[in-house]
Amino acid sequence: MLYSRSIRPGARSYCIEELGTALAKLSQNNNSRGTAAHVLPFEKRIVELEARLEQAEDDDTRNEITQELEREREQVFAQLTPWQRVELARHAQRPKMMDYASRIFEDFIELHGDRVSGEDTAMVGGIARFQGQTVILVGQQKGNSTDERIRRNYGMAYPAGYRKALRMFEMAERLHLPIVTIVDTQGAHPHPDAEQRGQGPAIARNLLYLMGIKTAVFSVVIGEGGSGGALGIAVGDWVCMFEHAIYMVCAPERCAEILWRDASKKDIAAAALRITAHDLKEFSVIDAVLPEPGGGAHRAPEAAAQVLAQEIEQFLVRAKNGDWTPERRQEKFRKMGVWRDVV
Amino acid sequence: MPFLKRRRFVSVIGRKSQVPDGMWMKCPGCNQAVTRKEIDENQQVCTHCDYHHRIGARKRIEFLVDPGSFQETHMGLQSADPLGFVVEETSYSYPKKVKESTEKSGMTEAIVTGFASIENTRTVLGAMEFGFLGGSMGSALGEKFCRAADDAVRERLPMVVFSSSGGARMMEGILSLMQMAKTADGVRAMNAAGVPFISVLTHPTTGGVWASFASLGDIILAEPHAHIGFAGPRLIEGALKVKLPEGFQSAEYQHEYGYVDQIVSRTEMRSVLGKLLAYLAPQ
Ligand SMILES: [Zn+2]
Repeated sequence: MLYSRSIRPGARSYCIEELGTALAKLSQNNNSRGTAAHVLPFEKRIVELEARLEQAEDDDTRNEITQELEREREQVFAQLTPWQRVELARHAQRPKMMDYASRIFEDFIELHGDRVSGEDTAMVGGIARFQGQTVILVGQQKGNSTDERIRRNYGMAYPAGYRKALRMFEMAERLHLPIVTIVDTQGAHPHPDAEQRGQGPAIARNLLYLMGIKTAVFSVVIGEGGSGGALGIAVGDWVCMFEHAIYMVCAPERCAEILWRDASKKDIAAAALRITAHDLKEFSVIDAVLPEPGGGAHRAPEAAAQVLAQEIEQFLVRAKNGDWTPERRQEKFRKMGVWRDVV
Repeated sequence: MPFLKRRRFVSVIGRKSQVPDGMWMKCPGCNQAVTRKEIDENQQVCTHCDYHHRIGARKRIEFLVDPGSFQETHMGLQSADPLGFVVEETSYSYPKKVKESTEKSGMTEAIVTGFASIENTRTVLGAMEFGFLGGSMGSALGEKFCRAADDAVRERLPMVVFSSSGGARMMEGILSLMQMAKTADGVRAMNAAGVPFISVLTHPTTGGVWASFASLGDIILAEPHAHIGFAGPRLIEGALKVKLPEGFQSAEYQHEYGYVDQIVSRTEMRSVLGKLLAYLAPQ
C-alpha cells in the first residue's frame, strides 16, 4: 500500500538516474574546466582576460592585462547580485570536497558503509593525514563530471550518509582524533526512501552527538550549505566558510515559492535570507570567513586549498592546546539566535 | 424526533452559513455531521472516526494536566526580527506577520512552556502552537525549549513536549536553522543528567523540528494520522516527479518503520503519559 514498500533496492538508482538525466541535459560538456557551459555570464570578461594573459608574450602586455584583470574582478565581485552569489556558490567548477582533500591531506584512506543499511556515495568519510597527524575526514562530494555527479547523487545524502558520518564521529571520539568536516550540499536527499529510513532522526542524532562529542571538530562550508543536510555534519568547535560559499535554512528559490508562491522571486529571497559568509559571521553563526583568490576559488583551486590548509593547521594547534571543549561548543551554539525578553 | 434531527442534518451540509455557528460541524474525517458539544466533550476528537481536530497549545495543556497545576514559564521570550526580513517588493513583513499571528492566536510564540503535574507526576511541559506562524521554529522558540530543558535538568524532572510545526522559521534565516543544533543540545543536557524526555508528535511535525528535538525523545508518541516527516511531500513530488501515496509520512507509517513507539489517541494521552512519567521520573 505504501509507496516505500513497493520499492526494491534497484529503485533508488532509478530515481537518481532520472534526476541525473534531467540535470545532464541542462549542463552538457561540463567535464573540463573552462568550457563555455561553465562560465557564468558575469565571469565572461574575466575568463577572456585570463586566456589573453596566458598567451601574452612580453612583460608589458602581461602587466597591462593583469591590471585590467584585477580591475575587472574587483568591479564584478563588488556588484554581484544576491542571485549571482548563489550561482557562484553552486558553480560547477568550484573545487569539491575531494579536490580539497587531495590537495590538503597527505593521504586519505576512504572508509565505506554505515554498518546499518548501506553505503552512501554522497557522503565521504575516512582517515586522513595532515602534517603527519591523523584526522577523521567527513564531507559531501557533489562531483565534478556528469558521471560523478550522478554517482554521488549531487552530494545529497540519504540517512545512510548521515549514519556513516556518525560512525566516523564515534570512532574519532574513541581514538581521540580530531574531526574535519567539509560541507557542500543542496541538502539531504528529498526522497521517499530517505524518509522511510529516517532522514530526520538520522540528522537529529548527528546534531546531538556532535554537541557532546569529546574531540575537536572543524567544519568548513566550501560551496553550498543547504539546510539540515549541511548542519548534520557541521556542528563544529570552529565553523568557517569560504568567502563565496552560502549557508542557508532554505534555498532562495524554495523560500520564494513558499512565501510568495513565485520561484522567480529567488533574487529577492536570496537577499532577504542573508546567506553569505559575511552575513553569517555577523550573526556569529560561523567563526571565520576564508578569503578566496581573485575571481573565486574555482579560478585558483590551489590557492584556495592553501587558505583552508592554514585554517586547519591553526585549528589543530589550538586542539593540541586543549582550546576546544564540548562545554565551549555547547555554549557557542546555545547563544545562537536573536530574541526579545519582554518582562 | 429522529426526523427533526435528520432535517437539521441536511441543512447543515447544504447551507452551512445559515446554521447557528458552533452547534454543528462536518467532520473532515468521516464527513458525518456531529455536534460541537459532542466534539468539545471529547477533546476535539470525532466520536465516530477518531479524527483529531487541531487544537492550540492552551487547549492541549488544559486537556492534559492535573487541574490548576500548570505554571507557565519563560513567557517573556518573543520573536525579534534579526534579519530585518521586510521585503518591500512583495509587501512582506516578518514583524507584521508576528503581530498578526499574535492577534489571531493569542500567543506570543509558537511554544508554551511550564511546570505541570500529569496524573500527579510533576513534569516540565512544552506545547507547540501551530496557529502561531505554523509552529515554526525560530530563535525565541529554541531559547524557550532550551530553558525548559534546563529547568528539567535543574529540578530533576521529566520533560514532555508536544510538537506541531511546519519546520524552520524561514524569516529568521540561518538563525532558525541553528535552533536545530541548539535544541538538540537541550536534549543532550537532559540525556546527560538522566532525566527522561518524552516527545509527542501531533499534526504536523515536519522539517527542522522533526530533524532535531522531536525525533530525539527517549520515548516518542504520536497522535493518530499526524503528518510526520523531514522533506515535505510537495518537495519530494516536485524533485522526483512522483505521486506519493496516501499514508506517506503518517504517524502510522512512522510507527511501522520504527520511528514512533506508540500511536496514542488524544483521549488516552493523559493516562498513557501519566503511567510513563510515574515509571520513568527520576527518583
Ligand atoms: Zn469523524
